[in-house]
Amino acid sequence: MNPAKPNRPDKEKNISVPMKKGASIAMLVILLALLALNNFGIQRFPKPDFESKYVVPATQAPMPRSIILEYLDVVVLLASISLVTWFVLKKRSRMGVFGVTVFSILYFGFYREGCICAVGSLQNVVLGLFHPEYHIPLTAIAFFIIPLLFALFYGRTFCAGVCPLGAIQDVFAIKPMKLNEWVQSLLGLVPYIYLGLAVLYAATGTDFIICRYDPFVGFFRVNAPFFMFVIGVLFLLVGVFIARPYCRFFCPYGVLLNLVSRVSKKHLSITPTVCIDCRLCENSCPFGAINKPLGHKSPESRNVTVKRLILFTILIPLFMLLGGFGGSMIHGNLANVNPKVRLASELLLPDNQLTSLQQVDVTTFRSSGQAVDKLNEEVASIRRQFYWGGWILGGFVGLVIGLTLARLAIPRYRKGYWPSKGECLSCGRCLEYCPVKPDMNDAQLNALKKSAAQ
Amino acid sequence: MENQDKFNRRDFLHKSLRTGIGLSLVGVAAFLARKTNAGNYVWQLDPSKCVQCGRCATNCVLTPSAVKCIHVYDMCGYCDLCGGYLRPETKEFNTAAESQLCPTSAIKRKFVEEPFFEYTIDEKLCIGCGKCVKGCNAFGNGSLQLQAQHKICVNCNECSIARACPAEAWSRVPLSEAYQLRGFENPKKG
Ligand code: SF4
Ligand code: SF4
Ligand code: SF4
Ligand code: SF4
Repeated sequence: MNPAKPNRPDKEKNISVPMKKGASIAMLVILLALLALNNFGIQRFPKPDFESKYVVPATQAPMPRSIILEYLDVVVLLASISLVTWFVLKKRSRMGVFGVTVFSILYFGFYREGCICAVGSLQNVVLGLFHPEYHIPLTAIAFFIIPLLFALFYGRTFCAGVCPLGAIQDVFAIKPMKLNEWVQSLLGLVPYIYLGLAVLYAATGTDFIICRYDPFVGFFRVNAPFFMFVIGVLFLLVGVFIARPYCRFFCPYGVLLNLVSRVSKKHLSITPTVCIDCRLCENSCPFGAINKPLGHKSPESRNVTVKRLILFTILIPLFMLLGGFGGSMIHGNLANVNPKVRLASELLLPDNQLTSLQQVDVTTFRSSGQAVDKLNEEVASIRRQFYWGGWILGGFVGLVIGLTLARLAIPRYRKGYWPSKGECLSCGRCLEYCPVKPDMNDAQLNALKKSAAQ
Repeated sequence: MENQDKFNRRDFLHKSLRTGIGLSLVGVAAFLARKTNAGNYVWQLDPSKCVQCGRCATNCVLTPSAVKCIHVYDMCGYCDLCGGYLRPETKEFNTAAESQLCPTSAIKRKFVEEPFFEYTIDEKLCIGCGKCVKGCNAFGNGSLQLQAQHKICVNCNECSIARACPAEAWSRVPLSEAYQLRGFENPKKG
């Protein structure tokens, strides 16, 4: 087989002209091209004039996956979210959602190898917003915005069975345990911190940490570095008992979906019509996302409410300030992840203290002839970004902690069993537990209620 | 009655929030889309910046790396004593594995005619370590060059070699500019 086949046949003709005739012309072209390009490759040995019938093979340069297929991914995404939404809201069918889950694991997971995904696209968006010179691919924009728009109207149907990360965890949720509300709220803070860090590192152009520490992409590629493989296995094993641990306690994109979904127009409800408090669905949610009826009707005294209000209006800004201060204090450590910052500090070390890896960085930098001053200037500006980024990140974390505390402290009053619009992943598991049917009349409902009370 | 009021107020609040969030999401998307062009982007290694540090072999998310040595035959001198094929200390020509530079013996040598030899890279064996590239640059014409083989490369959201590269040789380029081989024009540009 001819090893050399660039995609375009006309090009091939161009390249593999039999050298006997075309040699001198080709040489001239190459030399001119070399002169024009750079003085890098030195033509020490002229290209031979072959006497035999030898044909110079064409250089191999296979092109990547076609752009049409990338757009196809967007179409598949749209189709599968629409399908899940329809299954959850119209058909009320868990089986349907499960079908799409399996499809997603196969398509977005193993076929597309977990890339591009909506979770990571959030970093492309941030980088695009902060760095005008970065051209974000259209597909990344689409993957970022489509699940959010769906969540805005129909809840987190993307999480239900389209997200490949969620899907692979979902099939492992075999024996889910209930978590204590406080534990759940506390762990629920982690995604906010993760989101903050991911935004900080993407905005400063440092790294895409969500992609680097994606625990499942290694499985999809069947090619994980050992460390990430262990983490991935741990997540799946823990996920047997604590359903979807990555989704609930890490996923930064889930934070956005959660917030957006709270104001969703038409969210999944466990009962098709009214809740009769039969408690059949109470333990059906593996993610602890069902809100139970709460509290007493007699309202607490106005005094207590006012006092609490004052307390939190003082506490929350205080938390934000403290957090911001803390964030700004550790901005040096945060900035050290940036390769330029690291290089600048390596340049200050004496040569004998450098590891062999650092040695390579330093010698490459020195031989490239770049000015140290210019690097230092750049690094100073990156550090400044991290300083203010640290304030904002810390303040944000403080705010989230404050609001979580407030939510836990304020007594609420709730009627019936409804999914928490933010945390519910719209998986549809609870639907089949509800005995209420859409076409029941009042008498039937009353009868149901009575039998449930016994 | 009071309850009814509360719900109406809440509905209204949700509706306004929904509209606000929806509009701002679409706004962000439109703002970003303005700058993008229809094509996709790929990670591209600039061989004139590369110093063959070896991280292309070790830092790719794929094993073996998606970075391969690509031979630009038009630049090759077809030397008998190839600086990319043989270890520099090897005085006489010998195709034994221990005198080859390539750790996986991915370079195949074939006699063409006196005194010329053709060197072909077996892509399945190449791990992208760049040892041959270094040798070819030092003693030969520089026809061996490291490139992300775009059919293998999964085009990560953030190339993990790009971040580790000491020479800042990596950048994201439009699909039409994939492959920056010296002495070889981009097949797409044609
Ligand atoms: S929470 Fe995150 S990881 Fe889980 S399904 Fe939703 S987007 Fe995917
Ligand atoms: S649909 Fe929501 S509330 Fe129901 S089981 Fe799934 S996550 Fe829980
Ligand atoms: S990491 Fe950079 S310098 Fe090192 S071999 Fe790859 S492209 Fe060349
Ligand atoms: S983009 Fe990913 S697959 Fe391609 S060379 Fe970089 S790390 Fe390897």
